[in-house]
Amino acid sequence: MTVSPIPPEHADHPAAPGFAAKIEAETKIEPRDWMPDAYRKTLVRQMSQHAHSEYVGMLPERNWLTRAPSLKRKAQLLAKIQDEGGHALYLYSAAETLGTSRAEMLDALHTGRAKYAHIFNYPALTWADIGTIGWLVDGAAIINQIMLCRCSYGPYARAMERICREESFHQRQGFEIMVSLCQGTAEQKRMAQDALKRWWWPVLMMFGPHDGASSNSAQSTAWKIKRQSNDELRQQFVDMTVPQADYLDLRIPDDELRWNEARGHYDFGPIDFSELMRVVSGDGPCNRERLGARVKAHDDGAWVREAATAHAAKRRARAKAA
Amino acid sequence: MSEVQSDDWPLWEVFVRARQGLSHKHAGSLHAPDAEMALQNARDVYTRRREGESLWVVRSTDIIASDPDDKGSLFEPAESKIYRHPTFYKVPDDVECL
Repeated sequence: MTVSPIPPEHADHPAAPGFAAKIEAETKIEPRDWMPDAYRKTLVRQMSQHAHSEYVGMLPERNWLTRAPSLKRKAQLLAKIQDEGGHALYLYSAAETLGTSRAEMLDALHTGRAKYAHIFNYPALTWADIGTIGWLVDGAAIINQIMLCRCSYGPYARAMERICREESFHQRQGFEIMVSLCQGTAEQKRMAQDALKRWWWPVLMMFGPHDGASSNSAQSTAWKIKRQSNDELRQQFVDMTVPQADYLDLRIPDDELRWNEARGHYDFGPIDFSELMRVVSGDGPCNRERLGARVKAHDDGAWVREAATAHAAKRRARAKAA
Repeated sequence: MSEVQSDDWPLWEVFVRARQGLSHKHAGSLHAPDAEMALQNARDVYTRRREGESLWVVRSTDIIASDPDDKGSLFEPAESKIYRHPTFYKVPDDVECL
């Protein structure tokens, strides 16, 4: 069944054919163009969740800022974390072009109404986790985000282009950490293997449920927000990552992983999506800690916002008096 | 607790000049309480990788934009005046420098 970009409630809207024609012709939709309410709502949900993910994504890494093994690694990690904060800001701004406000989005996050990527609810236990997060978590995010550079909503696509350029450093710094560990002592190699073992399956879940079980995919595809299916993206990630793990001489924890000559792709074992559902619904290893840290950071920052507002008011008053 | 949200701050559009000789180009937007802090934030948010050497910040509410619905009446006339383009004119093949 093909899904139309025009939902039934807008079938007779005079601007609907123009919207459908733009989607068909790959013309980007811009903020002041007419769009179906459901298209707007879907984008607000997806873009704000994406922003929240970037925001919360800073948290698993922060513990390692003071524990990084060298000044070089510390500076790199600091730059990466600053990028994640920046990415959240690009995405919040892009979402605001749809008429939602920053305060509404943050409130939805802080009260648990909005979701963020489940992957950030896993702990970063060792330094090898920092390498694995950059290599695999950022690697998986890049695959999804490269697709989103072609999404039909202009501000989202532009934010994604910027983010993709910056993420490539994240992935490479992660892989470089893994190379150092895998070429280091036996203990360092074991640490790298242990991290891969823990992160592999949760990372595969980042691409979402199987195509048949993904409820919103058909409509998002009709709107050209989504350009490739969850399973296509996941396969692309596995095919890209297996040779990288081989280079590191690390074992991917999947007994069913093997090259399928006929398909021209790697086959891999079944994913336990009940774990994804559990973590998304709030019951992962670090959900409470992450959300708690986010809310605390917002509350602790209140005085900075107040001071900045007061400073601006004082300067305005002085300028008026002068 | 008194709640100051970043929403209470105006929205600013950020324009970045990549290098001398190019014009400033829209990069995105941000919230800030005044122009000075908007510039400082713009530097952190939009120029972490030598994207530019000059920044403009403009209050979003100060931008007057054309209405997307007027696109036809505003820009169609340019579409139909093909004689404004050099390719409209036929010139002999053996005449140079035209």
